[in-house]
Amino acid sequence: MEIFWILAIPLIGGLLLALFGYRSFAPELNAVMSFGTFVASAFLAARVITDGPITAMNEQFFVDSFNVFLVALTAFVAFTTALFSRPYMRIEEHHGRLTINLLRLYHSMYQLFTFTMLLVLLTNNLGIMWVAMEAATLTTVLLVSLYRTPASLEAAWKYFILCGVGLAQALFGTILLYFAAEKVLGAGGTALLWTHLDSVKDQLEPTVLSLAFVFLLVGYGTKVGLAPLHSWLPDAHAEGPTPVSAVLSGLLLNIALYVVVRSKVLVDGALHSHFAGDLMMGFGLLSVVMAAFFLSRQKDVKRMFAYSSIEHMGLVTFAFGMGGPVATFAGMLHMTVHSLTKSAIFYAVGHATQKSGTQVMENIRGLIKTNPTIGWGLMIGTLAILGMPPFGVFASEFLIITTAMHTYPWTTPFLLVALGVAFAAIFSRVQHMVFGETTGKRLPHPPALVPVFVHLALVLLLGLYIPPYLANWYRQAAALIG
Amino acid sequence: MSNLSAPLINLFAALLLLIAFAMLSQRRILSLINLFALQGLVLSASTAVVAYSSNQHHLYYSAALTLALKVIILPWILHRLIRKLNVKWDIEMLFNIPTTMLVGIVLVVFAFNLAAPISEMSGTITKGTLGIAMACVLLAFMMMITRSKAVPQVIGFLALENGLFFAATSATYGMPMVVELGIALDVLVGMIILGIFFFQIRETFDSLDLKHMEKLKED
Repeated sequence: MEIFWILAIPLIGGLLLALFGYRSFAPELNAVMSFGTFVASAFLAARVITDGPITAMNEQFFVDSFNVFLVALTAFVAFTTALFSRPYMRIEEHHGRLTINLLRLYHSMYQLFTFTMLLVLLTNNLGIMWVAMEAATLTTVLLVSLYRTPASLEAAWKYFILCGVGLAQALFGTILLYFAAEKVLGAGGTALLWTHLDSVKDQLEPTVLSLAFVFLLVGYGTKVGLAPLHSWLPDAHAEGPTPVSAVLSGLLLNIALYVVVRSKVLVDGALHSHFAGDLMMGFGLLSVVMAAFFLSRQKDVKRMFAYSSIEHMGLVTFAFGMGGPVATFAGMLHMTVHSLTKSAIFYAVGHATQKSGTQVMENIRGLIKTNPTIGWGLMIGTLAILGMPPFGVFASEFLIITTAMHTYPWTTPFLLVALGVAFAAIFSRVQHMVFGETTGKRLPHPPALVPVFVHLALVLLLGLYIPPYLANWYRQAAALIG
Repeated sequence: MSNLSAPLINLFAALLLLIAFAMLSQRRILSLINLFALQGLVLSASTAVVAYSSNQHHLYYSAALTLALKVIILPWILHRLIRKLNVKWDIEMLFNIPTTMLVGIVLVVFAFNLAAPISEMSGTITKGTLGIAMACVLLAFMMMITRSKAVPQVIGFLALENGLFFAATSATYGMPMVVELGIALDVLVGMIILGIFFFQIRETFDSLDLKHMEKLKED
């Protein structure tokens, strides 16, 4: 029942906002709808904690401890982003960058985007997972090109073509998976259900599955933003509206990675080798190193934080690739804290760029003087994302690196150097933006900074103390993934 | 009929490959759309033959869906689009045609090698055609890379989807119906969004040439 509401509320929200999105209450309606989704997902999480994994509607939907935490996280960040986008989009409208009709498109697509992401998470059918992922691409293409500037159109086109081709490969991977599954489970609808596949995974044909995994990893990996398939990501983040950058970075990347991890479980079961893990480690490590070195060359603040997302997604992919209870636990923790911190940073960056009227970092100065909350929000968020203790990112990175030292010692120098380079690059830039002489002007609407500090407080909490039920959740999920 | 269907499917597969090559070398945009429609028609016919010979009734629906979507609706949208956008120019290629063709042949050989171990395991009567399906996918991919204009790139993308559909039919008698419907919906919605997109690109850049869209680069 909760599953029904989680999917129905954003879908209805999308339709309602398509009809009434031009009214002045649309931003509030958007936030209310997202809040409804969040409440429903909280109920679902509570039920899964007490009752264990559940399936619904002829096993078409499946929730276990792995995806329920992502469902809750997605609904929560979607809700806080809706709160942030309320004043942010009003200011954009005030600055004349958006018209009423574009705002209507924005609100409607925002809800539909949430719907597609939640569908990817909740469905048990790997085919539907692909369909929902493609739908998520389609909805965000329109969001990225919202400003209709030459740069945003270029970014959206690049995003569409690269992710379209990427997902086409993922579809081929899914076809191969179905081909292998059909031999064991028989033709028809059940052969793509993840739970069924999971129960027969050791009988699946290993050659076909390893080929399928390569296609799935490359395909969905494009969407995760793994190097060298990442080139759409910085453009889409920099040219779209900031709330969209926040949900792209904070949520969509996680969800694409979720699908990769689900496939990895099946492939590991069939192959009895570390093939899938090795591939993921390779892509992950390459992304971490590549992103760290690109970070120092950025001039645009949103582009810089987009590269930081590539780095962190690479780190999570690497952690899941290593496998084992500790690394997988750390991977999930890192997914959570990265998503909270990065979206908080984007909220602060969004208002900072509105104040300065530019995204070029050299021209953003002295945030702390004109608006201390934005300045501190950005500074604390940056320290958190760079892995400073006592924030949660420190805890997860520490776990990932210590595990790497134990199992794959040769990777640690790469990871440490990359993290160091990233620290130097980001910190020096942010310091200049936050302190120094001011250039900013007043905003026509009061900015929304509550979400920034709520997120950062949660990240701080996760660094100091992980609630036992959450730890238990992660542990169960880690046992599932292996 | 059943002993006729295997050669018939192979014939259709060969036609698909031929059309894929024709699309790769086609310079005129109108002919490209017609070739895409023809590819859809052959695909639909071969799916119907597979459905008949294997008694898989759901494949008749896929054949009908393919016919409606890829032979009628999408080409119609594309024709309307280029009429409204008034683009009839010849397509510029980034490489000359003979080079493209030679690379295409290499891709076909590669595709057959890649598909060989999987076809061995397949129990369907169409297993020999999996290599051709993969070749179609790779050729469509190649077409997307070698074109610098927006419309041909999208046709390449749609041809890529055709190849994947053919792969699904030849390896497994098609995906479950609900998934196929979802994919068809995505393709249709994607096409509509792209249509809107073309107008925005033309309005902003005064052209559909993607060479104007190379500003976002790392320097």
